[in-house]
Amino acid sequence: MPTTVGTAPDLVAAIGNTPMVELRRLAPHAGVRLFAKLEGNNPTGSVKDRVARAMIEDARAAGSLAPGQTILEPSSGNTGISLAMIGSRLGHPVRIVMPDNTTTERVQLLRLFGAEIVFSPGAEGSNGAIRLAQSLAEADPSVFMPYQYGNEANPRAHEETTGPEILAQVPDLTVFVAGLGTGGTLTGVGRYLKRVKPHVRIVAAEPMPGELVQGLRSLDEGFVPPVLDESVLDDKFLVSNRDAVIGLRRLLHDEGIFAGLSCGAAVAVAVRVAREMDSGSVVVLLADAGWKYLSAELWDRDLDELSDELEGSLLW
Amino acid sequence: MSTVRIPPVLRENTGGTRSVDVSGRTVAEALDDLFGKHPELRARVTQDGELSPFINVYVNDRDVRYRDGLETALEAGDTIILLPAMAGGAR
Repeated sequence: MPTTVGTAPDLVAAIGNTPMVELRRLAPHAGVRLFAKLEGNNPTGSVKDRVARAMIEDARAAGSLAPGQTILEPSSGNTGISLAMIGSRLGHPVRIVMPDNTTTERVQLLRLFGAEIVFSPGAEGSNGAIRLAQSLAEADPSVFMPYQYGNEANPRAHEETTGPEILAQVPDLTVFVAGLGTGGTLTGVGRYLKRVKPHVRIVAAEPMPGELVQGLRSLDEGFVPPVLDESVLDDKFLVSNRDAVIGLRRLLHDEGIFAGLSCGAAVAVAVRVAREMDSGSVVVLLADAGWKYLSAELWDRDLDELSDELEGSLLW
Repeated sequence: MSTVRIPPVLRENTGGTRSVDVSGRTVAEALDDLFGKHPELRARVTQDGELSPFINVYVNDRDVRYRDGLETALEAGDTIILLPAMAGGAR
């Protein structure tokens, strides 16, 4: 674990060791303490800095990523931005395949870090970006695809860094809650915590996909990320975009935390789980900060109007 | 009585219907009732009598795989949501 004091030799070394903050106003009753791990405090503003660093270091050490080789990855935002920043430090050109209906900030940030963007049809969601990236990688063997959905370095980054940090910060935790995307956070943190504290419950918050982003043509196009180890999960809740936005606003108004949309969903689940407990400590991982969502005006627009619009976009 | 919400990808098997009212004390009984009304759904939602790995089933908002699976009990007014497994989003 990096130290909290002193200097980091470069920005990549400053990844991780994020703050843990108690959410005193969001905790539903006095018996349960609620804590948030602020992954938005990572260098590019999300938990994906940990994953991107681990995948690149792993591939360089194994020789599968050669000096100067291009990195190609499907990402709807955060992972791409992390890869772009780290790639720019280490001399790897980065090409990101991203659905065309995400927020403009992601495009801006990717370009600032020097990445090239290939857009996939937004109606096909993340699955569409994954399919397009896979076909591009097959057609061009000169690129390296870390493939966060299937790369064991993704959960391992959490098993080796996020999990130990959480336990050091909240030694008496009883429940861990995080959003489900690739499954890397839940799998890695879950494996670590189950090993050292077998009674900790691991709970997933899963986005309820809007009808317009359920662009599957058949169930065979359905997708369970290979890195997701469902055996470490103890519960899983579906969260609507509307409830995620409500959670997001409560984080800001009650606790002053400016976070991304998946954080609103995760905190909604954490509060619900905490309400059903008599005592204990719940840790919720807040995957990113709110900067990349400013243009979506999640904090101040009419909730009904916003909920309808979110049906057709991909924000987490 | 419970309501089953049908995702877009399965509506070709329900004549376009978005939700179906079903009866049953457990998820298994409710799905049996659903398959009685829309027989083509059985092969799409189950494999060898178990849930297909590419379908998630929720009672209200909770995934039944982490409760009692198909034996999860239902109460009147519960909503059963069927969703295809999808890759997560922005992270």
